[in-house]
Amino acid sequence: MAAIEILGLEKTYMVGFWRKRPKRALQPLHLTVDDGEIFGFLGPNGAGKTTTLKMLMGLVFPTAGRARILGRDWTDPEVKAQIGFLPEQPYFYDYLTAHELLDYYGQLSGVPAKDRKNRVEEVLQRVGLTDIKGIQLRKFSKGMLQRAGIAQAILHSPKLVFLDEPMSGLDPLGRREVRDLILQLQQEGKTVFFSTHILSDAEALCDRVAIINQGELRGVGAVEELTKSVQGKVEVVWQGTQVPASMKALGGEFHVTGETVRTVISENQQDAAIDALRRERLRLISIVPVRTSLESYFVEKLQHSQTTAGTSA
Amino acid sequence: MNARIVHIASNTFREAVRDRVLYNLIAFAVLISAAAIFIGQISIEIERLVVINLGLTAVSLFGVVIAIFVGIGLVSKEIEKRTLYTVLSRPVRRWEFIVGKFFGLAGTLVVNTFFMALGVFGALLYVAHRFSGADSSIFIALYFIILQFLIICALALLFSSFSSPLLSAVFAFSLFIIGSFADDLRGFATLAHGLTRWVATGTAYLVPNFSALNVISAVAHQQPISWQLVLQNTLYTLFYTAMALSGAVLIFDRRDLK
Ligand SMILES: Nc1ncnc2c1ncn2[C@@H]1O[C@H](COP(=O)(O)OP(=O)(O)OP(=O)(O)O)[C@@H](O)[C@H]1O
Ligand SMILES: [Mg+2]
Repeated sequence: MAAIEILGLEKTYMVGFWRKRPKRALQPLHLTVDDGEIFGFLGPNGAGKTTTLKMLMGLVFPTAGRARILGRDWTDPEVKAQIGFLPEQPYFYDYLTAHELLDYYGQLSGVPAKDRKNRVEEVLQRVGLTDIKGIQLRKFSKGMLQRAGIAQAILHSPKLVFLDEPMSGLDPLGRREVRDLILQLQQEGKTVFFSTHILSDAEALCDRVAIINQGELRGVGAVEELTKSVQGKVEVVWQGTQVPASMKALGGEFHVTGETVRTVISENQQDAAIDALRRERLRLISIVPVRTSLESYFVEKLQHSQTTAGTSA
Repeated sequence: MNARIVHIASNTFREAVRDRVLYNLIAFAVLISAAAIFIGQISIEIERLVVINLGLTAVSLFGVVIAIFVGIGLVSKEIEKRTLYTVLSRPVRRWEFIVGKFFGLAGTLVVNTFFMALGVFGALLYVAHRFSGADSSIFIALYFIILQFLIICALALLFSSFSSPLLSAVFAFSLFIIGSFADDLRGFATLAHGLTRWVATGTAYLVPNFSALNVISAVAHQQPISWQLVLQNTLYTLFYTAMALSGAVLIFDRRDLK
C-alpha cells in the first residue's frame, strides 16, 4: 500500500496588499510514497516543499488536486491520529515546559492518560532533551526547540511522519542523532517523508527522493538510480608513471599523481583497458563506475530547469 | 463536551494565568478598597448605592477590556506565531479549536469575575456593615455581566478571524459602546424617517443589546429584576454568541495559515 499518494495537488497564492496577483507556488504534483520508505523531498529555497507539506497537513488549502494518506482521503480527521508533523522552524506555546507541551499534544492526539507520562519521558529521551524539567519553552535554544518539535511529531507513535527540514538548527551531533532516529523509525515500520536541501542527509537516509524546483517536480527515484553512472563511465586507476600507447588509444584524459595514473573511459572499453594494462604488466589498482553525487545530479537538474524556465519566459 | 475542546479550553486558561491576565485583580482590589474607604467616610445614606454602582461597573469594564484584548489574540496570535501548525495537524477540527479557545477565555473571565465579585461584596460589607435580602440581586447583575463578556469574546474572535488585532480591538470596543446604547438607538430608530430609519433600525438590532444586560443601576436602587428578563437575556446571549462563533468558524475554516 502507498503511504502517501499526492494526486495533482497544486497551489497558487494570492499576493499583494491592494491588487492581489496570483503567485504559483506549486504546479500540479503527482507523487507516491510507499509504506515503510524514507522519502526525501529535495529542492532549493522557495521550491514549494513547505507548501506541499502544509497542504498535506490541511493547514493550507490546495487550489486543485487531492491526496490520499494511509489509504484515506487526506482531509479525513482519522488520518491525523496516525501521522506526525514537524513544521519548519517550529514554535510552541512558550509558557509551557516541554513536559506540559507534550502532555497537551498527547491529549489532543488521543494518547490515553495512563500512557502519557511514560510516553512523554520516552520521546524526550529519544530526542536527547534531558535536564529540562521545569524550563519553559521560551528559554529553549533553537536546537532544543527543533528537538522538542521532533518529539511532538513522534509522541503518539504515528505510522507516518512528515518532517520539514528536520536537521535545521541542529549541531553536528544533533544531526547525527536525528539521522539515527529517522533510521530507527523506519526499522519500527514507519514511513518518513522529509524535506531538505541538505543533500548529504538525503543521500545517507533516503530510499527514494523527489527533486522539486520552482514548484515543479524534476525527478523522482532511488538515490542509487539518480546517481547511477553518468552515461556508463568507469574510472581506471593503475600503478605507474606513464601511459602506454594502447591505453592512449582508448582516449580520455590521463592524470598522473605520484605513482598512480587515473583516467575515465566509457564502460564498454573496460575490457580493452584491462587487456592493455595486462600486456604492459602494469598493476591495476581499481576500476569503478563513475557516479554523480546526488549533489551534481541536483545541480544539473536545477540548471536544466533554469534554462527551460528561461526559454519559456 | 468533546474532550479535545476541554483540553484546548484548559490550555487557554493556563495561558491566561501564566500571561498574568489575573494580575488585573490586584488593580481591582486596590481600586475597590480605596473606593470603599472613601465612600465610607463621606456619604451617609447612599453608600450601598454608590458601592454597587461603582463596583459592578468596574467589574464590567475590567472584564470587557480583558475579553477584548485577550479575545482578539486568541486565534490570530496562534496563526502569527505558528503554534497552530502542530495543533491542527492533530485530530483537532478547526471549529473545535475556535470553540475551545472561546470557552478557555470565558472560563478565565468567570474566575476573574468571581474574585472581583468577592471584592464588591467585601466593600459592601465594609460600608453597610451587613447584607440585606435585596443584595442577592447583585448575583443577577453579575450573571448578566458574564453574559456580556461571552458576547464580547465571541465578537473579538469573529473580528480577529478576518482583520488585524488593532482593527479587531477597535471594532469590538466600538460595538461595546454602541451596544451599551442599543436601547436609545432603538428609540431613535422609531423617531427617524426614510433611509435613516432603516439604517438605524438595522444597526439597533444588529449590535449586541448590552442595555438589556446592564441592570447595575436597577440593582443599586433595589428594583426587582424579572425572571423573564433573565430568560430573555440568556437566550439572546446564547443566540448571539453562537452566531458570532459560527461566523468565526466559517471564516477560519477556509483560511490558509501563513
Ligand atoms: N503564504 C504565502 N503567500 C504567498 N506566497 C507564498 C506563501 N508561502 C509560500 N509562498 C511562496 O511559495 C513558494 C514556495 O515556498 P515554500 O515555503 O513552499 O518553499 P520551500 O521549498 O519550503 O523553501 P525553503 O527551503 O526556503 O523552506 C515561494 O515562492 C514562496 O514565496
Ligand atoms: Mg520550507
